[in-house]
Amino acid sequence: MKTYYDPEDLKKFGKVSEWQPELGKKFFDYYGNVFEDGALTKREKTLIALAVSHAVQCPYCIDAYTEDSMEQGFDEEQMMEAVHVASAIKGGATLVHGVQMMNKYKDLSM
Amino acid sequence: MGTLVHKSLLAQGHALSETEKQLNLLQEASLPCFETKLKESNLYPLTAIGVDVFQINIGKMCNQVCKHCHVDAGPDRKEIMTRETMKLCLDAIDKTACSTVDLTGGAPEMNPNFRWFVAQLSARRKKILVRCNLTIIVANKSYNDLPEFFKKHNVEVVSSLPYFNSKKTDAQRGSGVFDKSIEALKMLNAVGYGCENSGLILNLVYNPSGAFLPPDQSVLEVEFKAKLRSQFDIVFNQLFTITNLPISRYLQYLIASENYQGYMEKLVNAYNPVAASTVMCRTTLSISWDGFIFDCDFNQMLDLKVSAKDQHISAFNIDDLLNRIIIVNQHCYGCTAGAGSSCGGELT
Ligand code: SF4
Ligand code: SF4
Repeated sequence: MKTYYDPEDLKKFGKVSEWQPELGKKFFDYYGNVFEDGALTKREKTLIALAVSHAVQCPYCIDAYTEDSMEQGFDEEQMMEAVHVASAIKGGATLVHGVQMMNKYKDLSM
Repeated sequence: MGTLVHKSLLAQGHALSETEKQLNLLQEASLPCFETKLKESNLYPLTAIGVDVFQINIGKMCNQVCKHCHVDAGPDRKEIMTRETMKLCLDAIDKTACSTVDLTGGAPEMNPNFRWFVAQLSARRKKILVRCNLTIIVANKSYNDLPEFFKKHNVEVVSSLPYFNSKKTDAQRGSGVFDKSIEALKMLNAVGYGCENSGLILNLVYNPSGAFLPPDQSVLEVEFKAKLRSQFDIVFNQLFTITNLPISRYLQYLIASENYQGYMEKLVNAYNPVAASTVMCRTTLSISWDGFIFDCDFNQMLDLKVSAKDQHISAFNIDDLLNRIIIVNQHCYGCTAGAGSSCGGELT
């Protein structure tokens, strides 16, 4: 079956550098550095990445960071709470625009 | 996640109870050869560098039937070491300068000669490790005094606890195992095990409940300690994180869950030459219930005997064994992934 997303394509991510090696290298070096232990631990960053993967709804990232979170020793409850954080922010971001709607509504009303 | 197992692969008449079938599967997967990897790291052939640890598997009998068990242990396994073979092990130990004797199984405590053997080792002033599955302590009254017995002989207790909740633990080790393990840990703590300044060591082992690699040992240890203390008032010394090797029931799980190829690729991609140089087989000898000698417990379960003229404890030749080349195969990728893995946790 042909689909837009093929899980096997994740393994080919690095190939994007073939068409633009310089920028590709810069991106992957940067990506690697971001996930190193810093002011936040690698483990904390993994859970943030899991939440963001859901917010940006990237199937590759969701697969990758689910596995990474398991490898970092997080359990189902902790991982689902991270997804709820993403969901709350996304839902909140939608809802807060209601204020803009209210403002505009008032501007146009008598 | 799937159903729990109640019988060993052998009792089920499962094809993967045969070591030859397991080895064929390991060879068939399209993966780089482990020997080639060692060559690239200038580690081939892998050689022994000493005999510091005797790991003795005193039987396949166990009160549990864990899903990931590389021994294919269970209540239906009757193979256990006799006192005669234990005596041969003691003679062999006396011919070496080994510091540690690591008793494993199955549940080693189920061997009727277990206490006799521990007493003999204790008289030799060896460091004694017992791989205690915890639930055996509460399995019936005759085992309830194990914590006191361990204490008397200053045994170091090493126990599996895949997670600090029952969901993950029971999924891997059987229903009710978590609660019983907590009860047993409290009994060990009560005699001083894991407590500060008691000198009685209680180490826990984490291994992933599924087809993924273990986390950083020190990071997870902090979380285990905090959770076990706050929720159950339990203390322990160290947490070892161990990688599951594709052998026996874990191999069967990988195949049945269609995770085999992906898991093997993960192990290969995580190959770490530093871990490869420190694999435990270089300083260990492993003895099976019937007295055969192997490089490690994993090779034992695949029936890959040591590369030496005499392969039985009755003809123990330390010089020959010290000069041996270690038998490796594709399962060895499990010891060299990431920070590496051994019966004592990470290698690097
Ligand atoms: S993993 Fe340990 S406790 Fe579980 S069945 Fe195997 S020997 Fe028994
Ligand atoms: S499986 Fe055994 S022989 Fe292979 S590297 Fe690990 S300890 Fe050594």
